[in-house]
Amino acid sequence: MNKMPKWADAVLIPLISILLAFLLSGLVIMAIGKDPVMAIKTMVQGAFGNSNNIGYTLYYTTNFIFTGLSVAVAYHARLFNIGSEGQAALGGLGVALVCLYVPWPHWAIALPAAMIGGAVFGAAWAFIPAYLQAKRGSHIVITTIMFNFIGSALIGYILLNYLKVPGSMSTESARFGAGAHLPTFHEMLAPFGIEFNKNAPVNVSFLIALLAAVGFYFLIWRTRLGYEIRAYGQSETAAKYAGINPVRIVVIAMLISGALSGLMAINNVMGEAERLIDNAVEGAGFIGIAVALMGRNHPIGIVLAALLFGFLYQGGGELSFWESIPRELVVVIQALVIMFTGALDNMVRAPLEKLFIALNKKKEA
Amino acid sequence: MDYLTIIQILDSTVRLATPLLLTCLAGLFSERAGVVDIGLEGKLLAAAFLAGAAASVTGSIWIGLLAGVAGSLAFSMIHGLASITFKGDQLISGVALNFLAAGLTVVVGQSWFKLGGRTPSLPTDARFGEWNLPFSDALANVPFIGPLYHELISGHTALTYMALLAVPLSWWVLYRTRFGLRLRAVGENPSAVDTAGVSVVRLRFAALVIAGVLCGMAGTYLASLAAGFVKDMSAGRGYIALAALIFAKWRPWYALSATMLFGLLEAIGNRYQSITMGDFTIPVQFMQALPYILTVIILAGFVGKAIPPRAGGTPYVKER
Repeated sequence: MNKMPKWADAVLIPLISILLAFLLSGLVIMAIGKDPVMAIKTMVQGAFGNSNNIGYTLYYTTNFIFTGLSVAVAYHARLFNIGSEGQAALGGLGVALVCLYVPWPHWAIALPAAMIGGAVFGAAWAFIPAYLQAKRGSHIVITTIMFNFIGSALIGYILLNYLKVPGSMSTESARFGAGAHLPTFHEMLAPFGIEFNKNAPVNVSFLIALLAAVGFYFLIWRTRLGYEIRAYGQSETAAKYAGINPVRIVVIAMLISGALSGLMAINNVMGEAERLIDNAVEGAGFIGIAVALMGRNHPIGIVLAALLFGFLYQGGGELSFWESIPRELVVVIQALVIMFTGALDNMVRAPLEKLFIALNKKKEA
Repeated sequence: MDYLTIIQILDSTVRLATPLLLTCLAGLFSERAGVVDIGLEGKLLAAAFLAGAAASVTGSIWIGLLAGVAGSLAFSMIHGLASITFKGDQLISGVALNFLAAGLTVVVGQSWFKLGGRTPSLPTDARFGEWNLPFSDALANVPFIGPLYHELISGHTALTYMALLAVPLSWWVLYRTRFGLRLRAVGENPSAVDTAGVSVVRLRFAALVIAGVLCGMAGTYLASLAAGFVKDMSAGRGYIALAALIFAKWRPWYALSATMLFGLLEAIGNRYQSITMGDFTIPVQFMQALPYILTVIILAGFVGKAIPPRAGGTPYVKER
């Protein structure tokens, strides 16, 4: 009973969905009286034109890899974590506290400590929704949405009352010490004689994100825990029957998910801003949903999807600069990608299935 | 705190609760029919934008209302197409619609008005006027009852009174009509409804139409209150309404009290930057977060249990 070959399910369907999403986005651009071809050219130029642009694209990509992996871990346990945004914000607080209150001698020591800080705070913010889902059956989608708002209020309060530099006008923490400065690509590539733009924020976190993606693969497909998470996601009753403790799986999956979101803070808080600012996450947590859906919850897919959204994000900024198309266009594209790859999956799948069945019959005949 | 201050706070409570109430009732119809609606926020935003745009072009808020309802309905139908027709994930579809509204309103708004995503400011006659109930001026100076009647009960917009009327109406439709019985049944046990020969798809779409209209009204109210559309003006109200819906345990009268409570919290938060109680100061951020905290507590089931409609969130697949 093989309806469709595996490659069609893994590659063809997402590709068609994304194509549809981009087609509609092109129509939106045409509807507001702009030229879609010109827009794409501007975006490609703005995202990959020089090493400064590439640096920004990869910087955004780093954020989206972390949040995409975060959403995907939860999704493997059939949990829809909309709370990556808040978890990443709390992760930022954790990273900031680690960087502010310890005089780090060198980034190589500061980075692991900051990673722990971000991951622990992010995981802690995911813990309550996870516990309530597992123990009390409170729907995780609603509780994580609520926790996004509570988190943003909490960060606002802490920034204003505790971390803000007295006398300063802006609500942001003090700058981290020089020992907490992460090397950027400019500094990392200089010893090899490669000239990379000095101002681009991409930094060593990008490599950590790639490592996290590799770790994700091993966790989900090569460990007992990953097997249990997937089994629980496939069928809760079957998992229970096999002796898997559902409470444990829900809580652990969400803790990992929250930790991955929190890890994002080493990129945006420690790597780029080098201080904690209000609303530092800027929607990256929500983009993680699109990235995970588009990447089919597989690390390779997630890295590619994160790169695509990094391109959209950076290119979209240039678009607003050169073509006076608001950068919210990226949000529209993001929405369409989520819609087509997530909710309208059957619209693409059903006709394709029919097509493949028809083709198979022909072969047999 | 004197009597007049209390009246004023309650007055702004009603003002702030109106869009929440309409949105909450919208969610009520949709979720009672088994379609979870995270997309309330997006519908609210889309409606506010189209209402603001139409009202500023035509100079009539009633035409704005039509446009707002049309926009909200369109979003509702996309949600229906994705989650009912194509049996997609209702949560994902709702999330997508929220982003779609957040993005499209600014992109289209910039292209239409070139004001950075805003619509032009609405003059007073292109907004909802305040309705003065009979004798409100004559009674204004009567002690105690005067301010109560003049400030609190009278002097709201037509939509506020419509929202308040929508509560008993919703109750009546849901609990006293055949349509309401079927609607509630389709949210609990759709296959039973299907067996009885009633179309699950049609009922769910009907619920989404009602939700679309109510959200359209709420969005128009926002645009009228703020005298035009500004980027992200719904500011999480769709989510607060969702929270109120859980708080209200998916019942119309409870929805009224839940939204009034959340409106009161917002009104107090707007009026006082921080509240000092003896040595203890409640920060304004806590007031802002309180609706969400309360919802989590209610969801946790420590104070009464909120049980959602049983078939909520799952697309109905007919047995073959």
